[in-house]
Amino acid sequence: MFRVFLAESRKLRRPTLAISTLLTVSGLSALFTSIVFLRLNSGRPNTKRGQIITAAELSNAHGMVYGFKLVAFFLGITALCVFASQTAQEYTHGTLRNLLVRQPSRMKILFGKFAAMTLFALVMVTWTGAVSILTSYLLAGKGHVDTSLWSSGAGFHYLAQTTINILLATIGFGALGMILGLLFRSPITSIAVGVLWSLILETILGAALSSTQPWLPGQNIANIAEGGGTQGVSYMHSIWLSLIYLGVGLAIVSTLFKRRDVAN
Amino acid sequence: MTKLAISVQDLTKVYGERAALSHATFDVPLGTICGFVGPNGSGKTTTIRMLLGLITPTGGTGSVLGESINEPEKYLPKVGAMIEGPAFYPALSGAENLRVLASLGGFAQSRVAELLEKVGLADRGGSKYKTYSLGMKQRLGIAAALLPNPELLILDEPTNGLDPSGIQEVRELMRSLADNGTTVFVSSHLLGELEMIAESLVMLRNGKVIFAGQTDQLLSAQKPILVVTPEYHVDLQRVAAIAESQGHHTTIIGDAAHIVSPPDWAPTLNRAAFEAGITLASISHVRPSLEEKFFDMTSEEEK
Repeated sequence: MFRVFLAESRKLRRPTLAISTLLTVSGLSALFTSIVFLRLNSGRPNTKRGQIITAAELSNAHGMVYGFKLVAFFLGITALCVFASQTAQEYTHGTLRNLLVRQPSRMKILFGKFAAMTLFALVMVTWTGAVSILTSYLLAGKGHVDTSLWSSGAGFHYLAQTTINILLATIGFGALGMILGLLFRSPITSIAVGVLWSLILETILGAALSSTQPWLPGQNIANIAEGGGTQGVSYMHSIWLSLIYLGVGLAIVSTLFKRRDVAN
Repeated sequence: MTKLAISVQDLTKVYGERAALSHATFDVPLGTICGFVGPNGSGKTTTIRMLLGLITPTGGTGSVLGESINEPEKYLPKVGAMIEGPAFYPALSGAENLRVLASLGGFAQSRVAELLEKVGLADRGGSKYKTYSLGMKQRLGIAAALLPNPELLILDEPTNGLDPSGIQEVRELMRSLADNGTTVFVSSHLLGELEMIAESLVMLRNGKVIFAGQTDQLLSAQKPILVVTPEYHVDLQRVAAIAESQGHHTTIIGDAAHIVSPPDWAPTLNRAAFEAGITLASISHVRPSLEEKFFDMTSEEEK
């Protein structure tokens, strides 16, 4: 499995993928964090859903990771796209047959690829967090935010907790992308279905039938990044439900992947 | 007993109602070049995919390098393959594509430069695969197949897209690999090329094996032909009459009489023609080519 991990890592670190992805998430991270800090004290909405967060709130220990949390959902969508395309392109390029000739254990291929993409997600999340925190420190003075609590023990606790939660959510969305990639065997279809479902259909479903919200996979994965509490759904509920959804999904597609003839 | 690189018995693959391969039985001896021929859709690629563990047989058994085809992990580390043309990541360079496969197979990264040199891509190894010509892609596919320093090399149409010198290079490469003990199982539409290098042949038609054995055995089974050209065209019918009178079937094609007869009958014919006042400009013995034999056999099957 380690060899598959190494091989997949070689593909993931190609500049067109690695640099463009990191630049995109850095840009989003800096943008979202900047909006929060630059609009402070302006009376205008400066955070999600048209809400306002004040300098006093940002001066708390969790203020350092506030901007980082805002970009979490987009990190998830980015991971979904990367995992889906890296998986499905093996079919569209016809390269799966090369992989299977060199590594006949299909499960090792699957888990090796997943491990490499998880490392990619880890780098992406860490980098995004660093950009957001740096932006927060740079703009804190402008918004009259006191940063003394950010570097306290509680501040670092929030940082660790938020990073882990965002990483888990990002890997969760990535796993969803991998499931779709294996199911549809086409990067475009799997990304389209994944993004449409997570960004649009779940939002419409949640708005039309609020009782569905605690059970929607995308909403629950996003709730993990928030640390729980979104729409009253607990963190552990989201963890377990996401594990069940992704576990069942991965079990189905890995069985298909193991048994399906590679005829292209 | 000759050791076998590939051995399949009653190998069958059925898709729905259609049998892509039906009860195929053949052997490929170790250290030889075996040609795998058949028209498009005859089941060649299906067979190769089953040998490589990419698709599961519906029936039958088989072994590769002494291991069952149901356990490809036991023999694939010793097998190099290029199936249905090269397939690589377009955004990676040729060298990087090979490095990915070398990492996957646990082969030394130093093999990459060595193989790029061997297939004539040393200068373009750093260019992205998507910028390669068809011939260059084919060469990269061959390099990838050689990564494990294979005991068995399975190549599906390796000369597609290559120019004549490229075809010659691939032929020489296969010959030198076989000389060093590698078994080469190669499917190709270039029957003339196969005739030059393949010691044995497996011929498919409509998913069935119609011949499996030595190339010489196949070609020598064809009745030999004497091609006779008289000095004057008007004597052509008389030459044909002499041959027919001695029980040899003759066909006139162009300026020559094609007489089905053994080569050692040529002096008898020459004498008979001389006695009849006919001067023969040329007598030659023609062995039927693999291509002719292939068309002959595949058209027989159609009948």
